[in-house]
Amino acid sequence: MIEIKDLHKSYQMGSNSLHVLKGINFKAEAGELVAIMGSSGSGKSTLLNILGMLDGADSGEYTLDGVPIKDLSETKAAQYRNKFLGFIFQSFNLINYKSALENVALPLYYQGVPRKERQEKALQYLERVGLKEWATHLPSELSGGQKQRVAIARAMAAEPKVLLADEPTGALDSTTSYEVMDLIQKINDEGNTILVVTHEEDIAHMCKRIVHLKDGVIVEDKKVNQVRAEQYV
Amino acid sequence: MWLLDKDLWSEIFHTLGKNMLRTFLTMLGVIFAMLILVLLLGSANGMSNGFDKIFAGTASNSLFVWGQSTSEPYKGFERGRRIRYKIEDAHILKEQIPEIEVLAPRIELGSHRAVTTVYRKGQTSGSSVYGDYPEIDNITKKKLVEGRFLNNNDIEHSKKVCVIGEETYKLLFEKGENAIGGEIRINGVFFTVVGIYKPSKNINIDGENAVFIPFTTFQKAFNTGDRMGWMAIAVEPNTKVAVVEKQIKAILKNKYDIHPDDERAIGSFNMSEIFNNISAFTNVLKGFSFFIGIFTLLAGVIAISNILLITVKERTKEIGVRRALGATPVVVKRQIVVEAIVLTAFAGLIGFAISVGILAILNSIWGSGEDFPFVNPMVNIPQFVISFLLMITLSVLIGLLPANKAIRVRPIEALREE
Repeated sequence: MIEIKDLHKSYQMGSNSLHVLKGINFKAEAGELVAIMGSSGSGKSTLLNILGMLDGADSGEYTLDGVPIKDLSETKAAQYRNKFLGFIFQSFNLINYKSALENVALPLYYQGVPRKERQEKALQYLERVGLKEWATHLPSELSGGQKQRVAIARAMAAEPKVLLADEPTGALDSTTSYEVMDLIQKINDEGNTILVVTHEEDIAHMCKRIVHLKDGVIVEDKKVNQVRAEQYV
Repeated sequence: MWLLDKDLWSEIFHTLGKNMLRTFLTMLGVIFAMLILVLLLGSANGMSNGFDKIFAGTASNSLFVWGQSTSEPYKGFERGRRIRYKIEDAHILKEQIPEIEVLAPRIELGSHRAVTTVYRKGQTSGSSVYGDYPEIDNITKKKLVEGRFLNNNDIEHSKKVCVIGEETYKLLFEKGENAIGGEIRINGVFFTVVGIYKPSKNINIDGENAVFIPFTTFQKAFNTGDRMGWMAIAVEPNTKVAVVEKQIKAILKNKYDIHPDDERAIGSFNMSEIFNNISAFTNVLKGFSFFIGIFTLLAGVIAISNILLITVKERTKEIGVRRALGATPVVVKRQIVVEAIVLTAFAGLIGFAISVGILAILNSIWGSGEDFPFVNPMVNIPQFVISFLLMITLSVLIGLLPANKAIRVRPIEALREE
């Protein structure tokens, strides 16, 4: 599903060049649930940004579902993001003046799905994350866990190939974190490919595979026995 | 068609409605700009209409020609010779200059605006007495309050009829008395009144108190022979009055042995010059109003652009999220430009409504006043359309500024956690 070869990325900081990714080779099959771990500065966010087409690599290859991702214009990148990727952010990033339903429907809007169909579909996804009754509520009326569930519904609404979660539990307490991870596991059970960036060990162990980043290189890539989050909920 | 997209509009009204006070304050600039533009244009139009009203009834492409005294000796004649026209001059000029549309000869009793005593049943009036052709009405229209003006029948049969001014009527008749059919006496000759006219307050060539009798009757009654005092001449619409004026003078100078360079022998007054000056003045006024208005509008639209820049900055994160979710730069740009247009158009309409209201009030207070040179101050539809289109164009151009700023922010920067 995802394949990157010898990915390099450096940032220009004044006269110094900061080499963040120093040749990453990584492959993820369809249906995988991968945790990307590393301390801050390890390059995990940069990697996720490149995977999310929010940033471009300096060199290396990136193939997503057989499509080479290279030299994208902003318009093309936006279209690919919409088609291939679903984003889940640490701070949820819901649009605060839109109801939960409207937030979930937003990627479908950019896909050009007609209004009615869009709302039906959004409601369906809200139901899947257990928030059907909250459809008309604004994000400010929802708890942190609920917000993240709305964000997950939004990420899934466009039926992307890959879900990218950047510290999805970073802003949540542990109980809520497990709820969210339970949801992510269930979505993964249905066959969705999910990449989770985290620095929390317990969250990482709820994935099926852990990739450890340090100073811009993968230092460890191992399969783990998945800890089901269900038992903590 | 994306313009009909309900979501686009709901997003726009959402963002604009989120901060009503700021939105309103932003719009204020454009509201005032439109107000100033429309008020200035309306006033200029009102003034132009006012001038039109003043000159209503006077043919703009006309001139008046009369005789004065020579100032140069010529062909054995001494200077200071009085030039007196003959009625045949009228025919000669009309024949030789085809551009002349109307030529109305006139003769006065005594010198110009001399006063003759008019009698009626022991009442008297000191009036100017003119012998006229009915054609004069095509050049300076008489506003009749009663009866009729002189006609060709009067001329043909040298009828002893007259048209008198309101002032003359007041002096000769009792208040409310029917003057039509009444008889007045001028130099021992009786004339029947057939009409009363109201002199124009603004352009008055004939004086306040005047009596008009048919030219032919005048000749016989006062024994003036073939003399002619002056001529009122209207030229064809597309002909320059000054050109005809020159031709007339050349012919008359030749006929009366006047030195070609003698500027004083023939008196003339070119009405079109006055009209041209006034229309030039009002056009400059209109242009100036437009100029000021457009620049005020520009300032107003720039204020909107400024606020949108701030809004874009505030919404950086939101825009980043939208772009991560698949909003293409075009979509983001479009929304901000449409916001600019909506704000401007809405503000412009409010300003327009207010200013039209003010103009309507001004009009109801002063518009019908006789002396106030300010008639129907209103903008016309082309002016409105032009200023509105200009405003929208400006808002599009200026909306592109914040729109471009919005898409320059890269999604990762927008999404970076604080």
